[in-house]
Amino acid sequence: MTKAVLQLGALTCPSCMQKIQGALEKQAGVQKVKVLFNASKVKLEFDDSANTADALAEVVKKLGYEVKSVKVKQPAE
Amino acid sequence: MMKFEQVVQKNVNAITWTSAALIVIGFLGETMGLQLVYTVAFVLASIIAATPIIIRAVEALKVRVIGIELLVSIAVVGAFVIQEFNESAIVTFLFLFGSFLEAKTLAKTRESIKTLTEMAPTTAEVVQADGSIEETDVDDVDEGDIVLVKTGGQVPIDGDIVEGSGYLNEASVTGESKLVSKQESDSVYSGTILDNGTLKVKATKVGDDTTFAKIVELVEDAQDTKSHAEKFIDQFAKYYTPAVLILALLVGFISRDFRLAITVLVLGCPGALVIGAPVSNVAGIGNGAKNGVLIKGGEVVDTFAKIDTLVFDKTGTLTKGHTEVSDMKSYTPEQSQALAYAAKLESQSDHPLGKAITTYAQKNQIAFQDLQVTENNTIKGQGIEAQIAGHQILVGNQKLLTSQQLELSAQEVSDLQALQATGSSTVIVAVDHQVQLIIGVSDVIRDNVKENLAALKQLGIKKLVMLTGDNEITAKHVATQLGIDEVHANLLPENKVTFVKQLKDAGHKVAFVGDGINDSPSIATADIGIAMGGGTDVAIETSDIVLMQSSFQELVHAYGLAKKTVANTRQNITIAIGTVIFLLIGLIFGYIYMASGMFVHEASILVVIFNAMRLIRYRALTEK
Repeated sequence: MTKAVLQLGALTCPSCMQKIQGALEKQAGVQKVKVLFNASKVKLEFDDSANTADALAEVVKKLGYEVKSVKVKQPAE
Repeated sequence: MMKFEQVVQKNVNAITWTSAALIVIGFLGETMGLQLVYTVAFVLASIIAATPIIIRAVEALKVRVIGIELLVSIAVVGAFVIQEFNESAIVTFLFLFGSFLEAKTLAKTRESIKTLTEMAPTTAEVVQADGSIEETDVDDVDEGDIVLVKTGGQVPIDGDIVEGSGYLNEASVTGESKLVSKQESDSVYSGTILDNGTLKVKATKVGDDTTFAKIVELVEDAQDTKSHAEKFIDQFAKYYTPAVLILALLVGFISRDFRLAITVLVLGCPGALVIGAPVSNVAGIGNGAKNGVLIKGGEVVDTFAKIDTLVFDKTGTLTKGHTEVSDMKSYTPEQSQALAYAAKLESQSDHPLGKAITTYAQKNQIAFQDLQVTENNTIKGQGIEAQIAGHQILVGNQKLLTSQQLELSAQEVSDLQALQATGSSTVIVAVDHQVQLIIGVSDVIRDNVKENLAALKQLGIKKLVMLTGDNEITAKHVATQLGIDEVHANLLPENKVTFVKQLKDAGHKVAFVGDGINDSPSIATADIGIAMGGGTDVAIETSDIVLMQSSFQELVHAYGLAKKTVANTRQNITIAIGTVIFLLIGLIFGYIYMASGMFVHEASILVVIFNAMRLIRYRALTEK
């Protein structure tokens, strides 16, 4: 399982959170999504054979939110 | 299409101001009797201000979320259809302007965490194999790398000093901005700042594993970990928004009054209700983080505010956890000379009490290093007999004196017993067969504990309990000094857990305060576990609240803050519900219409945010 952290531009409405959460949960390979409202971050766990962090960041961008940085952590093996 | 949406979202502020300008023009047109100017200005204002709102509503619908934006969009389109252009223009403007202010003020409540993340180091100067220095992104530094830190620079990793020394400002990790001196083999933490000196540090923890990164993560998570009230409201909002939509439809169908139906849509927006509770917690937790108190989330705040019983571990929690000279009885005018002799001899032994005495002498600037010891006999279980500068020195216990045919006077015996009654260990110093000093050594109580415990009682704690593995005498002595209500001594860690359980079963709300390492079981068992001592992973992970500087002032602050935050959340929920009721009554009696309803709504959102912002500045009573 690959972990990724997306740093977004400041989130202001709690419903944005639901939007991002809902959209990401539907993506292929995504196991866990946690949107941190106050830190404006998304923490993701996904199967890297089914999806990439950049593609997921693109989904968030398409919802109209700025993605400032993408950090990917490969599982230690 | 995608492009257009992004351009719109990026320029929301410009859109907001343009629509404000158009509204002003519209009203001017109306007062001057120019009907065309009035209509055109309001139509334009409605269209441009509605665009970003409608886009957001559609985006949300795509992921099957019925948001506030949808309610507003439908209402605005409705108003447009019945040609109420001024209403639609004002509603959309107020909504955008409201979100603008909301973003600005929300940023304030998040400020503490932002300053924290901004303190995070970004680059490191890594010493290469050939001795050259390479600037590296912190994420690319590996464990074991040697990193150079210069004066004014920030330590980019957790590690041990392998070369150099300096003074560090550890405020980012402990909240305390006092400079700390560090030498070779000392540990330094990521995020701290080297005020003076040059260091080479071997990385032991990098990136997200550093203490600093963990603190940031904990606070970020904590601000989003919802309290019961928040969870309830979230659930509520999920059904509430669609319910408003259905209600508006029903009202429209039954009354056949289109205006009334769209007014219901605007009034039904759950604005202040959704934001009220979380904003209090964010401000409260942020305040804590800034003052060295890490609180793990809204639920912890809730529970902590209800705590009525505090259980303390003694050693390392109420006391400093290491021995110090706590008292000294002198029977000579040459007190410093006698102390110098004792310190010199103790500096050559490895007796645990010895270290307390040498440290004490150093602290009082008594020079003893240059004394010449000509003879030195350590007598096991008794002490030391030595010759310094032609004087015979005895440092030890009563047995040592007896073996040297030396007797204590009645006064000396009573002093000795008094010291022992406080749980202190005692060391007697005799020079040339004259008893000159009796030194009491004990584990010293932390600064200001008594005052802070009293402050906690004032804030609502009913019972203070001390559990310790130490002996009865010492425990009782510490407890009476501090005003602790209940003491249990000679306990093993598992006995402490049993006591905590018993207190819980008896109906008390229990918080356990320990040093975070050997007390983990009790910390986990209590309703709230509080760890003294920052910088240790274990403390951060096992407890609900971490006091970074291990000070009791922080404990008072944390408790006061929890109570204030809970009260603040209640106020906000009251304000939000009050607003809804006010609007509903206004609607029934026909005082409130779309634009004024929107205004009241946005105002209520700002009121709850401003109310929460008061928490950022909160300080507990005892702080000076």
